[in-house]
Amino acid sequence: MADEIIIGLEIHCQLHTASKLFCGCDTDFRSDAPNTHTCPVCLGLPGSMPMLNKKAVEYALMVAKALHCEVLSECEFSRKNYFYPDLNKAYQITQYDKPLAENGHILIEGDNGEKKIRITRIHLEEDPGRSVHMGSQERGRYTLVDYNRAGIPLIEIVTEPDLRSPKEARRLLNKMRATLEYLNVFDSEAEGSLRVDANISIKGSNRVEIKNISSYKGVEKALLFEVTRQKNVIRRGLTVERETRHFLESRGVTTSSRSKEEENDYRYFPEPDLLPLQVKSWVDTIILPELPDARRERFKTRYGCFTEHAKTLTGSKKTADFFESVAGNNPALASTWIADYLLGELNYRDMSIDSVPPSHFTDLLNHLATEAITDKSGVEILRAMLDQIAEGKPIETPTAIIARLGLAKTGGDEIAGMIGDVIKENPQAVKDYYDGKKEALNYLVGQVMKKSRGRADPAQLNTLLVSRLTKEE
Amino acid sequence: MGSMTFHPEDPYHAFITTVRDPEYTEGPLSGVPVAIKDNISTSGIETTCGSAILRGYIPPYDAHVITLLRRAGAAIVGKTNMDEFGMGTTTESSAFGPTTNPNDSSRVPGGSSGGSAAAVAAGMVPYALGSDTGGSIRCPASFCGIVGLKPSYGRVSRFGLIAYANSLEQIGPMARDVSGVSRIFSVIAGHDPRDATSADRPYNHEPDSDVMDGLKIGIPDEYFGEGVDPAVRETVTGALDICSSMGAELIPCRMPSMQYSLAAYYVICTSEASSNLARFDGIRYGPAVNTKKRWHDAFSDYRHDHFGKEVRRRIMLGTFALSEGYYGRYYQKAQAARRMVREDFRRILTQVDIIAGPTMPTIAYRLGEKTKDPLQMYLADILTVPANLAGVPAISVPCGMIEKMPVGFQIMGSNFHEEAIIDAAYAFEQEMKHGR
Ligand SMILES: [Zn+2]
Repeated sequence: MADEIIIGLEIHCQLHTASKLFCGCDTDFRSDAPNTHTCPVCLGLPGSMPMLNKKAVEYALMVAKALHCEVLSECEFSRKNYFYPDLNKAYQITQYDKPLAENGHILIEGDNGEKKIRITRIHLEEDPGRSVHMGSQERGRYTLVDYNRAGIPLIEIVTEPDLRSPKEARRLLNKMRATLEYLNVFDSEAEGSLRVDANISIKGSNRVEIKNISSYKGVEKALLFEVTRQKNVIRRGLTVERETRHFLESRGVTTSSRSKEEENDYRYFPEPDLLPLQVKSWVDTIILPELPDARRERFKTRYGCFTEHAKTLTGSKKTADFFESVAGNNPALASTWIADYLLGELNYRDMSIDSVPPSHFTDLLNHLATEAITDKSGVEILRAMLDQIAEGKPIETPTAIIARLGLAKTGGDEIAGMIGDVIKENPQAVKDYYDGKKEALNYLVGQVMKKSRGRADPAQLNTLLVSRLTKEE
Repeated sequence: MGSMTFHPEDPYHAFITTVRDPEYTEGPLSGVPVAIKDNISTSGIETTCGSAILRGYIPPYDAHVITLLRRAGAAIVGKTNMDEFGMGTTTESSAFGPTTNPNDSSRVPGGSSGGSAAAVAAGMVPYALGSDTGGSIRCPASFCGIVGLKPSYGRVSRFGLIAYANSLEQIGPMARDVSGVSRIFSVIAGHDPRDATSADRPYNHEPDSDVMDGLKIGIPDEYFGEGVDPAVRETVTGALDICSSMGAELIPCRMPSMQYSLAAYYVICTSEASSNLARFDGIRYGPAVNTKKRWHDAFSDYRHDHFGKEVRRRIMLGTFALSEGYYGRYYQKAQAARRMVREDFRRILTQVDIIAGPTMPTIAYRLGEKTKDPLQMYLADILTVPANLAGVPAISVPCGMIEKMPVGFQIMGSNFHEEAIIDAAYAFEQEMKHGR
């Protein structure tokens, strides 16, 4: 009997607002020096008071609506009290007893088909600052603190323990990321924009919490490690301890963290400097943009995409946007070339799709559509183009690359000449072909392809070669 | 535009910091010196809250009330002494030493805004700002024989007021007479978007002395009960007789929530304080923390060394009250009691126009008299904390002397009806001055 795995996630996402949650500081701090995006409020200077950013509430409500949550008629902010150098006020303003929204769900592709994962609650809170330890946390000589991040709006999305495998957890995250991107409230590429706490147990055993996983891949890795670890503990007849563990991304393992800082009584109480929020009626006026599921269906009906392609293309907003910007008269070709070639090449180079100029990609699709180049040349052109982008060189159009590399599909006379040469140079293969050995034809086709440096259309070449051999017989 | 010199003798130690050559601008208060309690942030002027933990802290920004005062032309002449973080009734717990009472320097000026009251009472400044969490403006006004107003919760922006107990406190004016209080109040009242609890209720009112005739004054039994010094009772009863002789109708009433209000007040203010004061860690401002120690040790040593005893006591009380397992028993219960206090005020104020009684149960104590027994000191707040719990406005105006020490007459009113209590206080004050 397979052990049943039970997983629930707490997902913290930074909302992509222009200013912080409780002050006017600019949130675009990542390329700037430490402590330059700060003011009395987000430094927690004595006497400063929080002023709620309406846009952050609107973004959180959009997420609540997209995840089918009920917005509470009144929610309130609370203080979570704990001491840490990067926590500017020694408390975090968050929501506790009365969160913004509850009882939602999200559909994911589960291990056994489509599956509904329940959302327990969504709440708004502020991000703390960041500690930079000089050396290890235990033995380092000092720690620097940067408050640029302090006060960045976060939403925490808590799921019910409805996930049954690390893979499902990853799929949930991917779907969540896509949904937030479609809502235009989240920048998944910004460093540290997503942090996940995962609860995991093997049915009948204690629950373990893994804190502060900061990458999408990390979540699946951490959970896979935990599943193995916990199963081994149980197999050895021991008890899985109920505890908090940390994921060490570099080593791919979780470690027990019994440090003092984490034995906290957070002494929550309502934030007296902010009034309770009544935003239930606001959510009704919010009109959501098209979300991943709807877009996937539209790609199937409008562009005739295959289901798998439609899923891939709509899995991220940027990819879907890119597809729609190049689909033009050749949606089928565009969907194949993005889903089957471009994404893989981008992934290999760790590049983002928005670095690819749509006009260049359209140019490539046009050459493929008119069969002016072969698929093989198409891939070669794509790679050349991506390499230029990656290296920051001027980007050539596919038309220019074709001309420079002479990749235009070869015409009849040139091919006929090559076929003649190949037949002359390979008497044994020709003999084998006449003797009825099918592989010999493939070999001869390959030789002609080699001569043409991929510019010959393989299907066309096959026909030409057969008719020539038939003639010469 | 102008500047003045301000380097007065300060025999009562009213100031922690003085600004020797303050500048000012044009405006209705052009060149008028105003003293500021040292828990109100002043850009470029050290702001300590009377605590060693903020020694050397110079805020980079002005509190909203300071912006308004400067805009009106006032000269900010200095920062006044106070009980550390506002936690006290005598101004003896200041890390900078006590302030003494200008009426008798062997006595305390009251607290926690004792420096502001003494500065006004001694004639060093005509006006001062204080803050009132549980009586901290009214108590020293009463003890020093001046006028002090605790505004309705939300009528004055708290932005820049270094928080002790956010849900209770307000900044308010202190002056020698009611028109002075009214004048400063008209400058500092009004909405500020940076304080989410601030209300859009500006104040533009000239005190009117012609309001006593027919005024219904509620007299809660509890304000004249056990614990109130008989001489104080008698003096305030005399004040009420004056009101009555001017045509006011005195209506006895009951405020049963009074039996819970002091306990509720101390649970709420210490809970909020335990959280508000947690940020003082020597990292961003104030004396620097010892970076050679491990973080937890450095932090707790620092706070032990730099906070005074009363502050540490209240932080511990509040931390306890918010702890898991005790939250329901203390904090939530205190909130329930607070609702009862609010309800008592609402009920009484549908039957009367204002509520009146003594401000403090006694006259000013002698220095050192109350410092040994914190509980005795907490009891002294019994008559002032109800207004803070209910959020209603309250003013203290002098009404007589006992042993050459002033006695304060407290008038409370409905939320955002400062006009009514200011008029009543003004009418009474004018009658005291000219009527007899
Ligand atoms: Zn800021």
